[in-house]
Amino acid sequence: MKIIIDGREIEADSGQSILEAAKNAGIEIPALCYHPDLSVKANCRMCLVEIENQRAPLPACQTKISEGMKIITNSPKIRNLRKINLELIFSQHKEECNDCVWLGTCQLLKLAKEYEVEITRFADRKSGRPVYKIGPIEFDQTKCIDCRNCLEICQKQSGGFLELTGRGYEIGITPSADTQKDCLYCGQCIVHCPVGAIEAEGEFEEIEKPLLDAAKTVVVQFAPSIRSSIGEMFDLPPGAIMEGQLVAGLKQLGFKKVFDTAVSADFTTIEEVSELVERFKNNGVLPMFTSCCPAWVRYVEFFRPDLIPNLTTARSPQSMFGGLIKTFWAQKQNLKPSDIVVVSIMPCTAKKYDVVKEDNYIDGSKRIDYVLTTRELGRLLAKHNIDLKNLAPLPADQPFSEYSGAGVIYGAAGGVMESAIRTACWQITGKNPQQIEYQAVRGIVGLKTAEIAFGDLKIKIAAANGMENARKVLAILDKNPKSFDYIEIMACPGGCIGGGGQPLPVSDEIRRQRAAALYQIDCAKTIRFAHDNPAVINIYEEFFGKDKEKIHKILHTNYLPKPKTAIQQIR
Amino acid sequence: MEIIEKLKNADLRGRGGAAFPTWQKWQMVKDALSADGRKFVVCNVSEGEPGVFKDKFILERWPQTVVDGICLAMTAVGAQKGYIYLRRSYFAEFESKLKKIIGIKPIEVFCEPCGYLGGEETTLLEAIENRRCEPRSKPPYPPQIGLFGCPTLINNLETLYYAQKIDKNEYNYCRFYCISGDVNNKGVFEYPVNWTIEKILRQSGNYPEQEFFVQAGGGASGIILLQNELIDPLSGAGAIIVYDKIKTDPKKLMKQWVDFFLAENCGKCVPCREGIFRLCELLEQEKFDRAAADEILLLLREASFCPFGRSGASPFATLIDKIFMPVAE
Repeated sequence: MKIIIDGREIEADSGQSILEAAKNAGIEIPALCYHPDLSVKANCRMCLVEIENQRAPLPACQTKISEGMKIITNSPKIRNLRKINLELIFSQHKEECNDCVWLGTCQLLKLAKEYEVEITRFADRKSGRPVYKIGPIEFDQTKCIDCRNCLEICQKQSGGFLELTGRGYEIGITPSADTQKDCLYCGQCIVHCPVGAIEAEGEFEEIEKPLLDAAKTVVVQFAPSIRSSIGEMFDLPPGAIMEGQLVAGLKQLGFKKVFDTAVSADFTTIEEVSELVERFKNNGVLPMFTSCCPAWVRYVEFFRPDLIPNLTTARSPQSMFGGLIKTFWAQKQNLKPSDIVVVSIMPCTAKKYDVVKEDNYIDGSKRIDYVLTTRELGRLLAKHNIDLKNLAPLPADQPFSEYSGAGVIYGAAGGVMESAIRTACWQITGKNPQQIEYQAVRGIVGLKTAEIAFGDLKIKIAAANGMENARKVLAILDKNPKSFDYIEIMACPGGCIGGGGQPLPVSDEIRRQRAAALYQIDCAKTIRFAHDNPAVINIYEEFFGKDKEKIHKILHTNYLPKPKTAIQQIR
Repeated sequence: MEIIEKLKNADLRGRGGAAFPTWQKWQMVKDALSADGRKFVVCNVSEGEPGVFKDKFILERWPQTVVDGICLAMTAVGAQKGYIYLRRSYFAEFESKLKKIIGIKPIEVFCEPCGYLGGEETTLLEAIENRRCEPRSKPPYPPQIGLFGCPTLINNLETLYYAQKIDKNEYNYCRFYCISGDVNNKGVFEYPVNWTIEKILRQSGNYPEQEFFVQAGGGASGIILLQNELIDPLSGAGAIIVYDKIKTDPKKLMKQWVDFFLAENCGKCVPCREGIFRLCELLEQEKFDRAAADEILLLLREASFCPFGRSGASPFATLIDKIFMPVAE
């Protein structure tokens, strides 16, 4: 249908909101509580527009377009209302811009300039409010503008750990004291908060810390999904492939060795598929769940300890890598494990929790010493005046330089499953599948199911991303435990490319672009099967031999029921 | 004649404050398609606005007429269930009496869990659905998608009372006026809808001798009128609050209002949550920052999510303009 925005005739789809129609036409209407992932709340009142024949301005996020509708987005009246409204919003928000996840891309500041807002007109009314620390997540109430985005995403993710309390101006979002509720550390609240009230532990005060251990050998690994998102921290579009530049940048920062976690993803696939096949052979516990996602593991350990036997014991790629570095690589380099510092660059806030988990130790040394998020790495590079755009690409270091295409797609929802399917085919039938790419598990659709035949063996699979969808899978299983045999769960929407440690902002479109880049890398690889990775084959032969105990010690783990996270008040 | 036709002829309008034509609401609910076949009627007796106490007056005297009015509406729109939504104090007082009158009829007597805002129709729906007392987005309007997603007729108690009267051909074209404040004869009076405020005050023996102004409509949303402005019939929820012009400290009066709004505000939208907080702050300062107040009131009126803030700005704006800081002519 035709509508007129600011005098411009625009063709738009019926059913769209004014905000969506305007956005598609390149007309920017400010909106803070609006997020494409979430329902329309219309509580920030920034997107008010004037509509012909309407008495009062209406919110563009909530108002659907109609044929011939005449809309004015930027009249003096609207500008005036937005200015006052912004001044009131700023009065809730304590500015700590230098240390904010939105530094450089802050909507509030951009709007403040555009509407000539006096940001300190009213005194910060929330300065006395607490800062909560829940595991690796920090929630600073003095910055919260009560938009409730976190509330909705947390409802979907954890089932409502963040709660709305109080009324009127005393309203606040607080971590639940309910013993039946807990935080998954997924960090989705962070990426949905428009004003940086929530951040990960150490973000950004402690980003230099890993580099200060100069006496030790500081090595770094980076997760598959980082390469297609880190570019956004340097003004590149989502999905820009920055693998080589990332290696170069990490080298410039001073890391002795730069390893690619996509290599250990191949180990994870091999171990996980072996376990699956064994469970089938020996009537083991099925369905088997993936365990690379730490927020999902946390969900099981807190909410559903009954499902612990269903989690694969194969460690996540990050954890396997830490183990390999502190054993295999340490031996090779003639280093004491305690003299090596392993830093991981992860798309994830829950991975920070892995560092303090009881199973992070191998022979008394930590597998992983530090975890930095994509955002933190971006900030660290910027702080050192390293612009990834200007760097010549370098390959990751030996002996972990080679990864398979199957390893890199771990970063996208369905990727772990696809890698496993490729290798399962080989392990079960002795042959690689003719069709390498398995479209049924690709894409950001929340829940994908399929049945797949390897010779006589039929396996029912499911891949869910976003905890809302994970719970759907669990509901299906609670009715009929035989509904699936093998299940991939990624707590974050879209998988790791949509992780809680990734650059801001995020939307389905951005997730698609980040994921597409990973599939593009996979497609261009000659080695596309985890089990074909020569680096991996070599380590199995040279280092593990047939020593199952050794394999188990380094590459596997077990899980324990976990109590509710202590809610700390750190300020 | 069919009741909706009768309501139309009588030109009955909602007595909760918004004055929406009653017949239209009934027609909308009657015509609305319900996905699961259910429809509801809610008799709104939240009566949470200061200075408004006419619903209680009716409830004390003619509860049978009210219940009959609810049944009449249920039949007219095709609803299977009705609710009498009572503010807490009324629930305590009238629950058993109403239940006796209702007998086996499918009408639930519901205790409102929240205050003034709970009378706003979509907040009322949230309250009955046992959710946080906050307004819903409109559209959709309750006649289309209301209680539990079903078409719902929400009428003020007085409206349903008069609907019943209209059905029995006993409508006297009156409404109930609540007169309070600096007057001699406080109370509820039933007079024709077209009387001017001045006439109502005089007729009820409440026209003050001293200089005064009134708040017309309700003690939260009503606008301020000067003595020479009482020439129109009353709009809003039926309250006329009289203030002695000499004795009344306008700043104190505004502080009283703002405290009410501060306590009753749900906290959902920025203009209301933050605006009222700052308005309160401004009123606590020695020197009143009128420019800031004007801006906040403008925002409240134009940008608030629901009528609570939108109409809540009017008493302040009119009192400042007319009494507190009038511009010299």
